[in-house]
Amino acid sequence: MSDYRSTRDGRITDERPWWDTFPWWSVIIIAVLVWMGWQIVIDEDYALAWERIIPGLGLTLRSTVYAFGIALVIALLAGTGQMSRNVVVRNVARTYVEFVRGIPMLPLIFTVALIIVPEGTDLLNKRLEDWIGWELSLSFEMRATITLAVIYGAYMAEIFRGGIQSIPPGQTEAGRSLGLTRRQTMRSVVLPQAMRAIIPPMGNDFIAILKDTSLLSVLGALEITQRARQFSASTFKFREGYFVSAFIYLCLTLGLSVLLGILERRMTRDRKGER
Amino acid sequence: MIRLTGVSKTFDRTIHAVKDADLEVAEGEVVVIVGPSGSGKSTVLRCINLLEVPTTGTVVVDGYTLTDAATDLDHLRAEVGMVFQQFNLFPHLTVLENITLAQRMVRGRSKEEARAMTMRQLERVGIPDKADSFPRQLSGGQQQRVAIARSLAMEPKVMLFDEPTSALDPEMVKEVLDVMLELATEGMTMVVVTHEMGFAKAAADRLVFIDEGEIVEVGPPEEVFTNPSHERTRAFFDKILY
Repeated sequence: MSDYRSTRDGRITDERPWWDTFPWWSVIIIAVLVWMGWQIVIDEDYALAWERIIPGLGLTLRSTVYAFGIALVIALLAGTGQMSRNVVVRNVARTYVEFVRGIPMLPLIFTVALIIVPEGTDLLNKRLEDWIGWELSLSFEMRATITLAVIYGAYMAEIFRGGIQSIPPGQTEAGRSLGLTRRQTMRSVVLPQAMRAIIPPMGNDFIAILKDTSLLSVLGALEITQRARQFSASTFKFREGYFVSAFIYLCLTLGLSVLLGILERRMTRDRKGER
Repeated sequence: MIRLTGVSKTFDRTIHAVKDADLEVAEGEVVVIVGPSGSGKSTVLRCINLLEVPTTGTVVVDGYTLTDAATDLDHLRAEVGMVFQQFNLFPHLTVLENITLAQRMVRGRSKEEARAMTMRQLERVGIPDKADSFPRQLSGGQQQRVAIARSLAMEPKVMLFDEPTSALDPEMVKEVLDVMLELATEGMTMVVVTHEMGFAKAAADRLVFIDEGEIVEVGPPEEVFTNPSHERTRAFFDKILY
C-alpha cells in the first residue's frame, strides 16, 4: 500500500511534496562540517589542533587499506572454507569465525597484538635465525593492523558466505549438469553473481575498519585519535582536539559512502531486475 | 543407454524419496515419467546424472558406471543434458554466453566453433535473434528454449527434462513442447518428467508411473492410460485425465 496525504483542496494524493523527500540530514551534516572547517581556518586553537592531528591521517589511511586487504584474503579463505567438503578445513574456518565474532574488539586487540603476534613471531624467529640469520619483528602499528585484519576477516568471511549462499542452488546444478567442475561453476557462475551481494556490505566494512583504526590508539600508534588524545592532554584543549578528529573522520567516512553509493548504483544499473 | 539398478535415495536417513528403482532406457527411446507431486519422479531423474547421489544402487549411462568412485563424473555429466523447471539460465550472461560457456570450458571449443554451434542450436529452437539478449529480457518460453539449446550445444547422448513446462504461462507451453517433440523425432534419447499427458501420448515410447518413491508401472502410454494394471495408477489417471 502506498502512503498518501491530503491536499489543500481536500483530495488525497500519493504525491509527496519536495520538502518531504528532500535529504535535510545532509544539509545539517554539511553545515556542521562547513562550520568546523571555518573554525579551523579562523580560530588559532582549532588551527593548532588541526596541525597536530592531521599528520596521523597517513597512518589511519595506511592501516585501513592494509587491514582491509589482508582481511579480504582471510575472508575469502575462511568464507569458502566454511563451505568446503573437507571436514577439517570446514571446522577450522568455522571455529575462527565464531571465536572472533564472539569477542569484543578491544580485548581481541590486546590479545592478538600483545600475546599472539609476539609469541608467533618468537616461534617463527627461532627457526628463521638458524636458517637465514634474519629476524622478523613487527612494529606496534603492524601488529595492530594485523589484529584489525584478523577481526574483520571473520566478519567479511560471513559476507562472502552469505553472498555465495544467496545464489539459488539451481545455478550450481545447471553448471554442474553442463559438465563444469565445482571450481569452474564457482568461478564462472556463482561468484560473478554473488559479487553483487558482496560488494555493498564489503564497502560498509571498509568504512567500519577506517573508524576502528581509532582503536589502534590503545597500542600507542600515532594515528588520528592518538594524536587528538596527546594534543588534548598536553594543551587541555579537549574540545578543539576531539572536534577536529571527529571532523576528519566524518569527512573520510561520508566521502567514502558517497563513492560507495555511486559504485552500487553503477552495479545495479548494469543488470537491473534479475530473473 | 541408461540403466538404473536398485536405486534408492534417502534424505536425512529417514525420508525415502526413491525405493529400489530399476529402469532401463534404450538408445533413441523416449521415456516419460509421471506421478503425483512428491512421489520421487524428479529425484529418479536427478539420479541419472548424479545431481542427486543415490544412497544405494548403481547408475550406468552409455556404458560408464556413474556410481563407481573411479568414474570422472564431471566429464560424463557433459554427455547428459538437463533441462530444469526453473530454466536456471545464468542471469549475468547473455544468451550467447550462456550457451558458449560450457562448450568452451568443457568441450574446449574455440570461440568461433562455439559461436557457430550456439547459433545452430538457437535456430533449432527458433530464436536465433535473441543471442545477445539477457535471460531476463526473454519470456518464460523463450528462456526454456534457450536452456534446451544450451544443453544441446554440448551434443549430449541423453537429454533429461525435469517438468520443463510447469513454470510456464499456459500460452508458452506449446512452443517448448514442440521443440521437445522435434527432438524426440530426431531420435534423441530422452527421459521426461512432466504433467503434459498430451506430450506423453504423442512422443513417449514408454510411460513410467511412480508413486511414493516406487516405480509402480511401466508400459506403452496408451496401455498405461487406458488399461492400467495397478489400482494406484488407475486412481492417479482418474484424477488427472478428463
